Amino acid sequence: MENFLEKRRKRQYQYLLFFALAIFLFPVFVRSKYLLNVMVFSGIHTIVVVGFCLLMGYAGQVSLGHAAFFGLGAYTSGVLTVKFGFNPWMAFGAGIILTACVAYIIGVPSLKLKGHYLAMATLGFGIIIQIIFVQWRSLTEGPSGLVDIPGISIGGFKFNTDFKYYYFVWIFAAVAVFFSLNIVQSRVGRALRALNKKEIGAEAMGVDTAKYKVQVFVLSAIYASVAGSLYTHYITFLSPEGFTFPFSVLILVMAVFGGLANIWGGAVGAISLTILPEFLRAYKNYDIIIYGVILIAVMMFMPNGILGLVESAIDRIKAKRRAA
Amino acid sequence: MIGSIYAIISIGFNIVYNATDAINFAQGEFVMLGGMVAIALFNGVKLPLWASFFLSVAIVTLVAAALERMTIHYQRERQVVNLIILTIGWSIFLKGSAMLSWGKDSFDLPSFSGSDPIQFWKATLLPQALWIIGIGLLISVGLHLFFKYSLIGRAMKACSFDRISARLVGIDDDWMVLISFGLAATTGSIAGIIITPVTLMAYDNGGMIGLKGFCATFLGGLGNLYGSIVGGILLGILESLGAGLISSGYKDAIAFAIFLLILFFKPSGLLGHETKERV
Repeated sequence: MENFLEKRRKRQYQYLLFFALAIFLFPVFVRSKYLLNVMVFSGIHTIVVVGFCLLMGYAGQVSLGHAAFFGLGAYTSGVLTVKFGFNPWMAFGAGIILTACVAYIIGVPSLKLKGHYLAMATLGFGIIIQIIFVQWRSLTEGPSGLVDIPGISIGGFKFNTDFKYYYFVWIFAAVAVFFSLNIVQSRVGRALRALNKKEIGAEAMGVDTAKYKVQVFVLSAIYASVAGSLYTHYITFLSPEGFTFPFSVLILVMAVFGGLANIWGGAVGAISLTILPEFLRAYKNYDIIIYGVILIAVMMFMPNGILGLVESAIDRIKAKRRAA
Repeated sequence: MIGSIYAIISIGFNIVYNATDAINFAQGEFVMLGGMVAIALFNGVKLPLWASFFLSVAIVTLVAAALERMTIHYQRERQVVNLIILTIGWSIFLKGSAMLSWGKDSFDLPSFSGSDPIQFWKATLLPQALWIIGIGLLISVGLHLFFKYSLIGRAMKACSFDRISARLVGIDDDWMVLISFGLAATTGSIAGIIITPVTLMAYDNGGMIGLKGFCATFLGGLGNLYGSIVGGILLGILESLGAGLISSGYKDAIAFAIFLLILFFKPSGLLGHETKERV
């Protein structure tokens, strides 16, 4: 058993190494500013979606309000740097702390709810936060948006080009994936999967389900907040439209598209669904319709996401080989 | 008045929920589509208002039925998350199609019977408000009778209690899912048409009104048709009170804050029964 787990862990790290290498080499071959820009967004989305996969894929808790956590991180960064002259890194940290606190306050009562009720509670929460972004004009400038947000730098080294920011974002994304893989393969990860399968059963085995649920909820909110702050310092402009319900849905869709029950699924879903609309842009106004159709098709023909499809294909090949 | 709209939309949610255990995220889009199709028929094809009304309801119902047959029908396992995402896919598709067909402008329909306000004690009412309240009542009573006395209605109710036993006594539960989506679209599109003379309609109006419908559904209790009516009307009143007393900008936030409180303290809704699932 230990051996098996050990082997699986090693294989995951090998994947991570390949993944990191591919990401690292990408800008060496692709110098298009436009593609790098898209990939920066892919990285930001990857961070949110990987956190979301921990919550939904592993712990089985639905959230339809993740855009709010993303927005909290983004707005804390934006407001503190623009209105109060904070150092971006301080604002970054403040965003994480604030988001974690809010997630905890919301998480404790919400996570007692199940299924649709939890989905609706997080949805309601997300909408309230979004309305606050619009209405609290003295801080957020409301619908007209917060402008002139400074970029971020380390000791005088400014991340001010797409090329530099690409690496900056993907370092965070790689750490997020690495950290999540570790969690998933630890005691905590097994506890989360147990409570996903059968909450009462997990409780009977001594898993403090309430504690784990809140912890993973807060953790995934922190991921979203980090992504939000990264987003803010990249585009240096914030308006509340980016943090509405459709974005929460997009996060969910990315996770499902890639394969929910897998950290890699989150990364694959985030990257592919960030790139897809860029391709569809060629079809002008039809892009949103095609997007909807693709979504429906994926759900119908590969309900376990892209990675689920790949996995079952590999299983089938293996089974065939064994039979032969 | 707006409460009646929420109630009608919420009834649509509940019908689908009872049949499939899933929440239909395209409900708001049915509302929008109802309004937009009616506008197209009235302004474009120059049909009389009543004909546009009925034809639009029929078209939206058929669209919903077609979508169900093409997608949900093939979902063997009917996992709730998958169903939800499918309906999200529908809603993106419908919204996109609406944008493409009618552009991004808001459109208007004339009121059903003039727009001179009626004095009613000390309050002034638009005639359209009476229409909305009346139609809301009609739908509620109609569905009540439908679920209580008609064979199909009772079969649908049986499915919502226990699908497998219902199948055992010979009810085609597949049909029931189709009918439930059809009915949800019917009620949704009616709501969309009757609200258009008051608030106008554009391709992106479906989202928020759908979410408010959710709120009403959970306020009253998920799966409970009478809860829908209570929840819808209550939400309408609370929203207007909140807008008047606190701030109109935070109107929607108030609605959702109350909704969160209800979820936290009485998740089964005002009219719901306690479920054993809660720990």
